[in-house]
Amino acid sequence: MGKVKTIARRSFLIGSAAIAGGVAFGVWRYKTPYANPLEGGLRAGEAALTPYVKIDATGVTLITPRADKGQGAYHVQAALIAEELDVDLEAVKIDPGPPDRAYWNTALAPEVAEFSAPQEGFVRDALTGVLSSVMKFAGLQITGGSTTVPDGFVKLRAAGASARETLKLAAAARLGVEASALRTEAGRVIAPDGTALTYEELAADVAKMKPVQDVALRAPEGWRYLGKPMQRLDILAKSTGTQAYGIDFEIEGMAHAAVKLAPAQGGGLLSYDASAALAMRGVRGAYAVSGGVAVVADNTWRAFQAAEAVEAEWRASAMPASMEDHWAALEAAFVPSHQDSRVRDYGDVDAAMVDGALVTADYRAPYLAHAPLEPVSACVRVGEDGVDVWTGTQIPRFVQANVAKIAGVEAAQVRVHVLMMGGSFGHRLEDDVVRQAAEVAVQMRGVPVKLTYSRETDMAHDYTRQIAMAKMRGTVKDGRVEAYDLSIAMPSVVVSQMGRQGLSVPGPDSQIVAGAFEQPFAIPHHRVTGYRADPLAPLSSWRSVGASTNGFFYNLGLEELIEAAGADPLEERLRLVSDPLAKQVLEAVGEMSGWDGPRMGARRGRGVAMTRSFGVHCAEVVEVRDTDAGLVIDKVYVAAEVGRVLDPVSFENQVQGGVVFGLGHAMNCEITYENGVAEQQNFDSFEGMRLSQCPEIVVRGLENGTSVRGVGEPPVPPAAPALAAAIHAATGVRLREMPFSKFVEFAG
Amino acid sequence: MQLTVDGKTYDLDVEGEMPLLWVLRDEIGIKGVKYGCGVAACGACTVHIDGEAVRSCQVAAEDVWGAVTTINGLGSPEALHAVQAAWVTHQVAQCGYCQSGQMMQAAALLAEVAAPSDSEIDEAMRGNLCRCGTYPRIRAAVKTAAKTLAEG
Ligand code: FES
Ligand code: FES
Repeated sequence: MGKVKTIARRSFLIGSAAIAGGVAFGVWRYKTPYANPLEGGLRAGEAALTPYVKIDATGVTLITPRADKGQGAYHVQAALIAEELDVDLEAVKIDPGPPDRAYWNTALAPEVAEFSAPQEGFVRDALTGVLSSVMKFAGLQITGGSTTVPDGFVKLRAAGASARETLKLAAAARLGVEASALRTEAGRVIAPDGTALTYEELAADVAKMKPVQDVALRAPEGWRYLGKPMQRLDILAKSTGTQAYGIDFEIEGMAHAAVKLAPAQGGGLLSYDASAALAMRGVRGAYAVSGGVAVVADNTWRAFQAAEAVEAEWRASAMPASMEDHWAALEAAFVPSHQDSRVRDYGDVDAAMVDGALVTADYRAPYLAHAPLEPVSACVRVGEDGVDVWTGTQIPRFVQANVAKIAGVEAAQVRVHVLMMGGSFGHRLEDDVVRQAAEVAVQMRGVPVKLTYSRETDMAHDYTRQIAMAKMRGTVKDGRVEAYDLSIAMPSVVVSQMGRQGLSVPGPDSQIVAGAFEQPFAIPHHRVTGYRADPLAPLSSWRSVGASTNGFFYNLGLEELIEAAGADPLEERLRLVSDPLAKQVLEAVGEMSGWDGPRMGARRGRGVAMTRSFGVHCAEVVEVRDTDAGLVIDKVYVAAEVGRVLDPVSFENQVQGGVVFGLGHAMNCEITYENGVAEQQNFDSFEGMRLSQCPEIVVRGLENGTSVRGVGEPPVPPAAPALAAAIHAATGVRLREMPFSKFVEFAG
Repeated sequence: MQLTVDGKTYDLDVEGEMPLLWVLRDEIGIKGVKYGCGVAACGACTVHIDGEAVRSCQVAAEDVWGAVTTINGLGSPEALHAVQAAWVTHQVAQCGYCQSGQMMQAAALLAEVAAPSDSEIDEAMRGNLCRCGTYPRIRAAVKTAAKTLAEG
């Protein structure tokens, strides 16, 4: 039901610019109605080029502005350009692009527009606040919310097509033939007589020409790369240990730093004594940094050891003392004064609650760490000619601005080199590690300082996924779900996250109800209310953000009502579903799994769940077996409506990964805080799924919709509720809180 | 102290208790070996010592008992080991950060058990975390590699 039917073709204009020795093609961005909080936006009449293609004497470079955290984003972006430009992906350079104000990511906005669709009782001004805040997010070259594909789907192809047609015009002028007689192939323009001119040869001519506009994009039937299995460009390096990540970065004269941070989140440094650390081998210095102390040494391990040896006194954290207090704070938020939004309100929910048997339940979801396998790191050098930052980040613009402030220079003097990331899941939307590295680097001018977090630091000082709680009430009538009232409470992730960047975010937070308020079910009396709890632990966006908790709550509530009605979980969803695309997704997963009810014989069962998130309907059926060794997840079937599958191998891999991520955390992961100190600081206590626990995962991408969608996040939300439903079918145990390992046992 | 790594011998001046992981990464400069947890909970740092898969974060430099092979010694982009070739064929990697360890673990398994069963693969690989969830592809790639090796 994506509101973005198609990304309006001509909402952007292709541009080109002469560059040293050649030409760049991209899209122009003009002054926009919303302000860029860092730059104040462009002045009227000013425009900035977002370059996607660069051609000069040394060859063709495809510029892929959205970061790659492991989801193959570089590859698919390059393929989108190459599809129209007629170059071989193997023969071009791929450049992740510098943090340039022109890299605006436009696809995040429609999700917000939907939340802001006029609703009774909704404060218009507040709503505008949400809209602009998320647009600010978007304006800062953030890779998140599965937007890489929708944002680039048209723009990148259009840039490639425009460059191709302009190259043809240049060749036509040189050869004295009609451009229409020319064809392009493998980076060359070819004349009917076989004469070929390379793009490189034509670059200087093209730089003087106006780019051809309004080139019709090629139909999917004629695609060479897109929609077909492609070998990702990074696969060889990632299969041979030769891919360099941020943590592998090295440069002449580099020093290695480690930090010891206040044990409690939000605590701080009162005083420290680094004398023992400074006496250790290879240690060069110790410096106070935000949140603690940094020690600089000549290798990573020595820096880790020395950081441990620092003695310090810490300020206490403002966080509640125990987890009971955290939960109590959520419980206390279900009151009118904390109401944040009520976008969905059908029928007469309150009146419906007295009819029939009232079903009620409470649900909980814990804090979670992002914990990409590569701990965060950053190398910063403050030199005479400006500042260099080498790091794996999803927010290069913030990094640039923040480092500039620390170093006391203009943002333009900070060069951010984005390095390959060993996973993110939202972790690299934060930049503490960069700021701390910069704080040390300004005191060691000229020396590149690489700060690497230990796993323990990375996990204990992660800004976690939100803790959240939900209350469900509902009634059933004549074997059908009649009324469903879901209330959700959590602190605002967006406020916490943007607050660390010095931005305030007025108005309701769509993420408090995302994954619940926009679900495609026509229940006669239906309401979803978001309550904003007071800030607890600092939070950050975790893969699928609000939907990661709310998809769980929403599906569980529906599941319990369907059970009370005595209906079949899939049949009743199919009866209630109000969106044709969502219906096809449910039908697909039913057919794939051979659904004939939740029970599959003795000690076996299956569960179904569907969540619409990031514009994608994704349904999953999970099959569970209860064995003497514990619960075994045998199989998972996934169907997702994405408009078009651009890279089938990457698609399957990402969906499977999303399922493993959703299941693994539901099984056994939580971060709990005691006086603000995380009680899980490594993978021994925050395990996730192991290979031996991984089910077979059968994936199908549906292409019935018209908008092209990314699939990094949508498989996560339905995994946990489908697993809970399957466990119920196999064992009779109803799980209402994650992680499930608190209540049931999984086989190793 | 002397260590033999990927067929080369290195003279090193390091503390005896420095974990092999950091000797490899920071002293010798072999970055294919990855740091994920430092406590034997993730497997990212897996290397071979005399052919046996070990967690290099858990072996002190002074305790290294034989020749070390890392992912960079197992094969190279120009001359892939059968395991690496299978990893390419199945496009196993997402972020790829865990995959050095996964491949070293798989190579050690296949050196010992030519045609491992599903449960032998599970058992051997369960200590290697993949946060991106590439497990289905890892399983398939291990089987492909086993076949390639069997065909010689
Ligand atoms: S780094 Fe050695 S097992 Fe994780
Ligand atoms: S591929 Fe990212 S951790 Fe395994």
